[in-house]
Order: sequence, then C-alpha cells, then structure tokens
Amino acid sequence: METAIACQDLKKTYKNGVKALDGVSFSVRPGEIFGLLGPNGAGKSTTVRILATLTAPDGGKASVAGCDALVNPAGVRLRIGFVAQASGVDKWGTGTENLTLQAHLMRVPKAEIPGRVSRLLEWVNLSDAAGRIVKTYSGGMKRRLDLAMGLVNEPAVLFLDEPTTGLDPETRAALWRDLKRLQKERNLTVLLTTHYLEEADHLCDRLAIVDHGKVVVEGTPAELKARISGDTVVLDVGAEAKRAADLLKPIAGILELIPDGACVIARVEQGATAMPTLITTLERAGISVRSSTLSRPSLDDVYLHHTGRRFQGEGEAGDAEKTAGKARP
Amino acid sequence: MNAFLSDTLHLLLRHLRTTLRIPIWIAVTLIQPVIWLTIYGQLFRRVVEIPGFGAASYIQFLTPGVVVMTALFGSAWSGMGIIEDLSEGVMDRMLATPVNRAALISARVLHAALTVAVQSVIILLFGMLLGARVEGGIPGFLAILLLGSLLGAGMSALSNGLALVTRREETLIAVVNFFGLPLTFLSTAFMAADLMPAWIRALARANPVNWAVLASRDAMLGQAWGSVAKAALMLSGFAAAAVWVATQAFRAYRRST
Ligand SMILES: Nc1ncnc2c1ncn2[C@@H]1O[C@H](COP(=O)(O)OP(=O)(O)O)[C@@H](O)[C@H]1O
Ligand SMILES: [Mg+2]
Repeated sequence: METAIACQDLKKTYKNGVKALDGVSFSVRPGEIFGLLGPNGAGKSTTVRILATLTAPDGGKASVAGCDALVNPAGVRLRIGFVAQASGVDKWGTGTENLTLQAHLMRVPKAEIPGRVSRLLEWVNLSDAAGRIVKTYSGGMKRRLDLAMGLVNEPAVLFLDEPTTGLDPETRAALWRDLKRLQKERNLTVLLTTHYLEEADHLCDRLAIVDHGKVVVEGTPAELKARISGDTVVLDVGAEAKRAADLLKPIAGILELIPDGACVIARVEQGATAMPTLITTLERAGISVRSSTLSRPSLDDVYLHHTGRRFQGEGEAGDAEKTAGKARP
Repeated sequence: MNAFLSDTLHLLLRHLRTTLRIPIWIAVTLIQPVIWLTIYGQLFRRVVEIPGFGAASYIQFLTPGVVVMTALFGSAWSGMGIIEDLSEGVMDRMLATPVNRAALISARVLHAALTVAVQSVIILLFGMLLGARVEGGIPGFLAILLLGSLLGAGMSALSNGLALVTRREETLIAVVNFFGLPLTFLSTAFMAADLMPAWIRALARANPVNWAVLASRDAMLGQAWGSVAKAALMLSGFAAAAVWVATQAFRAYRRST
C-alpha cells in the first residue's frame, strides 16, 4: 500500500447551503501521523467524516486503507478506527461493556474479544475502572476509552477528530505519548484534526493546513517553517499598529508586515540586526514600543503567511484553550 | 448467526442494561400505572352500575386498559434514546462500524416490546391484587403481554422514526403529549364502547390502542379468542408498517448528514 489515505478534490455542500469543502486533496503514507490543522469551521470534521464513510461528498475521490470510500464503504469500515469529536461512548455502559460491544460490531472473532478487551483496557490504563459506568469517568479517562474503542479491530488507519480538545495539558501530553507509541509498535496510520498549533507541530509527522474548505499547504512542520524565510518580530505598539506598519514599510530587509490588533508583525531577514532599527524608527515617530519579541518562524507564521490571518484570531475568540495552543518556540 | 440477528442481540443487551441502570425510570413507569389502577379504580368504581356498561367490576374492566395505556406511553418515549445517541456521537461511532443498519432500529423496537411485557406482568399482578381476575388463565395472561408488546413495538418504531426526522427532544415530547392522551381516550381503556358517543366509537375502531384494549379485555375474560387473534394480527401489521416507516426515516437520516 503506497498511500494509507488519499483524497482528491473532495467537495461538500450541506443541505443548508454551507459549502464545507471546496476541493480538499492530500495524501497520507502508511505509518504516518498526519494532522489536519485549521480553525473552527474550516472543514476538518467534514473531511474526516467523508473518509470514515459517515457522509458522502458531492464530488471527488477518497481511498482509505486500500478501499475506495465511495464504492466500498463496508471495506473501509472494517479497516478503520474512528473517534469522533463528540466522544461517542455509551455513558451507561462500563468500559468493558463498551469495548466488548464495539468489538462485536467491528467483527472481531468472538473468541478473541475478552482477551483483546482486557489488553486494551490495560494499554490505556483503565483496568481499574473497567467495571465502572463511563458516566463516572473523567474527561481524560473517557478520551482514553475512546482511543481504545477506535483500536479494538486493530485498524490500519485511525481517525481522531480533535482528540485533545478540552483536555488539560497533562492529559494531552499523555495522549500524544500514546499515539507515538502506537505508531512505533504497530505502524498505525493516524489522521487527526486539531486547532492547536502546538499539537500539529509536536505530534504530526506531516500536516495540511485547512482553511475555508481547502488545503492551503501540506508538508512536515519543519518543511513548512523552512519555506518561510527570515525571523518574526512582534512589536506591541498599542493602538497605532496601522500607522506603525506604514512607517516601517520603507526599511530594507523587511519581507512581510502585518498589523494585528495592538501589534505589528514583521518578518525580516535578520531579526537580531533589524530589531533595533525597527524600534528606533517607531520611537522617532512618537510611537512607543511596549514590548517586542523575536522568534524563528513558527507554524503560527506559516498559517499567517498562507492565509493572511493569525491563527488564534479565528473562531471562538477568548477561548482560553485556543490561546494556549499558540506556539512560539 | 447472521449479522442482523447478532447485532440486534448485542444492541438489545446494551439497551436493557441501560434501562436497568436508570432505576428512577423504572420507578416512574411502574408507579404511574399503580396510581392509575388505585385512583381510577376507586374513582370510577361505580360506573359499572350504569345500565349498559356491561362489566362485573370496574377494576376488572380497567386493568387491561391500564396495561395498554402503559404500553403506549412507555414505548412512545423510545425515540428519546436515539436522540441522545445522535447528540452524544454514539450513533456516528456505530455508523462508522460495519454494524447492520436495520439492527440499530430493531434492537430499540425489541427493547420497547420487552420492557412493555415486563411492565404488563407487574400491572396485571397488581390488578389481580386489587380484585381483577384473569378468567382466560395463563393463555389469557400471555395474550395480554403479546398484545401490549405488539402495540409497544409499533409505537416505539414510530417514536424512533419521528426522532430521526426531527432530531429534537422537544419535538418528540410535544408530539407524545399531543397524541398520547387522545389515543388513550379514543379507546375503551376507561369507558365501555356502548356508552361512547358514536363519533368517538368510530374513531376508536381505527385506533390501534383500542384494538389492543378490546382484545386484552377479551383475553382477560377468556372469551372471543377469534377476535383476540384478529387483533394480534392487526397489531402485527401495525408494528410492521411502523418499523418500515422507522427504517425509511433512518435511511433519510443517514443520507442527510
Ligand atoms: N451537518 C451539517 N449540516 C450543515 N452544516 C454543517 C454540518 N456540519 C458542518 N457544517 C458546516 O460546515 C462547515 C465546516 O464544518 P466542519 O467540517 O465541522 O469544520 P471543522 O471541523 O473544521 O470545525 C462549518 O461552516 C459548519 O458549520
Ligand atoms: Mg470539527
């Protein structure tokens, strides 16, 4: 199998007229952890739902684990694990009961079910809670059970839709470790969606940035960052970002200038040498610089570069979870 | 075992388990009929004295009515479970598996029918405690369970179908409240047919709830086995049609998401 997941020009307009996908194409190699990164409403879930055969696209092609998702959805279902954005475990069932039912539905041979269920529970560290009703589980425990449910048929491809949204940082890190371990132990292919830049950066081997129903760029995090040359300087200038940007425009060595709220973001060839020039230029014009930061390009900058917007400005503004996802190495 | 049967069985076990784990639900669905039997049994005790009512005791008359009414209301709420599954992602998780699609409906319908059967046993026993007599013996007793379960199966299928179309608890609650009592009172659950206005009697004839009530009462009295069998057939037809409707609603749901 050359590619674990391939989709080409996927299009989807919902009945209410919302155009969710406007030609999504990307491919995922076997054994890869691949991320779909994008703000809320970008079309990540729709893409995953099409690949998991839950909804049909209006146009385009998709193949998963060697099966055509449109022609042979039954074949796809046997070979995938799917963990939705909403958990999807039965809260009135115990961990064991949930996994056992899922194993039956996934056509795991009957004789193998009890052994596999208890191994999985142990693997996700839920053996002690196996007999408890899921209603009593914490968010992190539920998410670990979700993961186990997605693995019960030993899938070739695992889909995880926003697996760490709403989890505390510790639980999130633990899930990252689990996924890395799965990748190493079983060569599992994982397609996950996220709106955390940090998650895409640290966890994913490759990723695609999705915006307005399209893939704007695809590559490894390092590649994507390397493609943007220079350093990023962020200057906090208070209310006069627009005027500040105009003042800085003539300076040599500036590649990109974007006013962003109270800040001006400048991408420059040599950050260390440009910074003093930028600050003195502004101070001379009577704009005081309250703070400044210098960094190598991050995924934030990649996103900014390709979409013209900063990532965390999207979707639910003021969502603490989201700002926490802002990555500045 | 084929996929439809084995999936139905496993999903049915899940639903039964859920029911047993929400004891308050069991309590409510059992206390209600007990209240009906006690209060109505006392309140209307003397209506049997009205010439033409034609029953020996009101509790004897009322017990099959309450069995059927409980079957109706118990199963009409069945769609709430599927709405919960839709909103919590359980349905998505299952639809991403190779599970037999029809089993997702049939398990809920069977669950409703079984629940009705268990409730009916308890109500019948309580009715007997209050003085009702099952003259039809064990066959009569079993016939009542069957009639109630068939009605319950049909009603739960309609409830699930409606739930899949509207996907909102509020709508389901409104519809059940709107139709539940009229369906009950347009039947002979509380009042003898001979004492009903003609137009209600006409409507009652087309009402599956009334089919179940009349046949249950015959089974209770151990009489008119032919019409009991006929009612069972008609209720089977009603249940089959309702399951077909629910299946179509489910198909439409899967296409629309
Ligand atoms: N079932 C649906 N019906 C109508 N519109 C939908 C549905 N699901 C998603 N959408 C819309 O499609 C767009 C993409 O949604 P989604 O794929 O969920 O994005 P993401 O997962 O990236 O947040 C959004 O505008 C969303 O409101
Ligand atoms: Mg989403």
